[in-house]
Amino acid sequence: MLLYGTEITSRLLLGTAQYPSLAILMEAIRNSGTEIVTVSLRRETAGGSGAGFFDMLRQTACHILPNTAGCHTAEEAVTTARMARELFATDWIKLEVIGHSDTLQPDVFALVQAARVLSDDGFKVFPYTTDDLIVGERLLEAGCDVLMPWGAPIGSGQGLRNPDALRTMRAHFPDTPLIVDAGIGRPSHAVQAMELGMDAVLLNTAVAKARDPKGMASAMALAIQAGRAGFAANPIEPRDMAVPSTPILGLAELS
Amino acid sequence: MKITVNAKPHEVAGVTLSAALSELDFDSPTIATTVNGSFVPRSERMDMALKDGDRLEVLSPMQGG
Repeated sequence: MLLYGTEITSRLLLGTAQYPSLAILMEAIRNSGTEIVTVSLRRETAGGSGAGFFDMLRQTACHILPNTAGCHTAEEAVTTARMARELFATDWIKLEVIGHSDTLQPDVFALVQAARVLSDDGFKVFPYTTDDLIVGERLLEAGCDVLMPWGAPIGSGQGLRNPDALRTMRAHFPDTPLIVDAGIGRPSHAVQAMELGMDAVLLNTAVAKARDPKGMASAMALAIQAGRAGFAANPIEPRDMAVPSTPILGLAELS
Repeated sequence: MKITVNAKPHEVAGVTLSAALSELDFDSPTIATTVNGSFVPRSERMDMALKDGDRLEVLSPMQGG
């Protein structure tokens, strides 16, 4: 998978929040096999607090994908992205512009606006978006080379609420990397996303809040590999009626 | 002068952003700053003059999804 010219082997992108400890986060990263981890920016306390976390992440050799989580306007998101670029020394940005505090659904209008400003400024934008095709087109026009449609609301663990919309997106954007971001709760959800032809899955809560995060990280990695292999092998279509799998020809007459 | 840093009031003697940051013990290399909502790159902190009532945000890496 090629993301902005960078070859990525693992199709699992992992968030780093909500783990019981930094040690468990590091084990989950290892077990997931991920090559891209998402991070954020928050207020520093005098004397320093965020540096230790970042030092640990740097030891993993993962690509860092900073987010603009919590931003509600294009302006906030653009400023946050610029801070992230300096802090993490990367021009990758997971662009989130939240439209509503309850649903955490993206404000797609502000998203397109921010994506354009950031792309023009040299950023490589990974937009967290809905499964709307026209919004996807606008994001590509704004300079995005990757789309990250939601599966379900952030942190809900509901799985894919609208698989048909993702299937349509796959058909509409055959050459654009599509990463399902948000809503995955279980390995079966990740398999389903990959079987639909999504290029990758980004998840956080499903692993971090599982009773055994590192076990779930392994399970998700396997699910994503299985789903991708299944998609590549081109599954059969469902049929209305039974069709015998054992040949009829040569069947004995025994009555 | 009185400034606000991460939503808390502070009194600082330094007149530049870099002086105020070191005065308030923000000495980590992994911080990013805004003044009144605008990003101020590391290279410009020395020349960024502060005035009474300025609002600073000082951010650092954090876990995120």
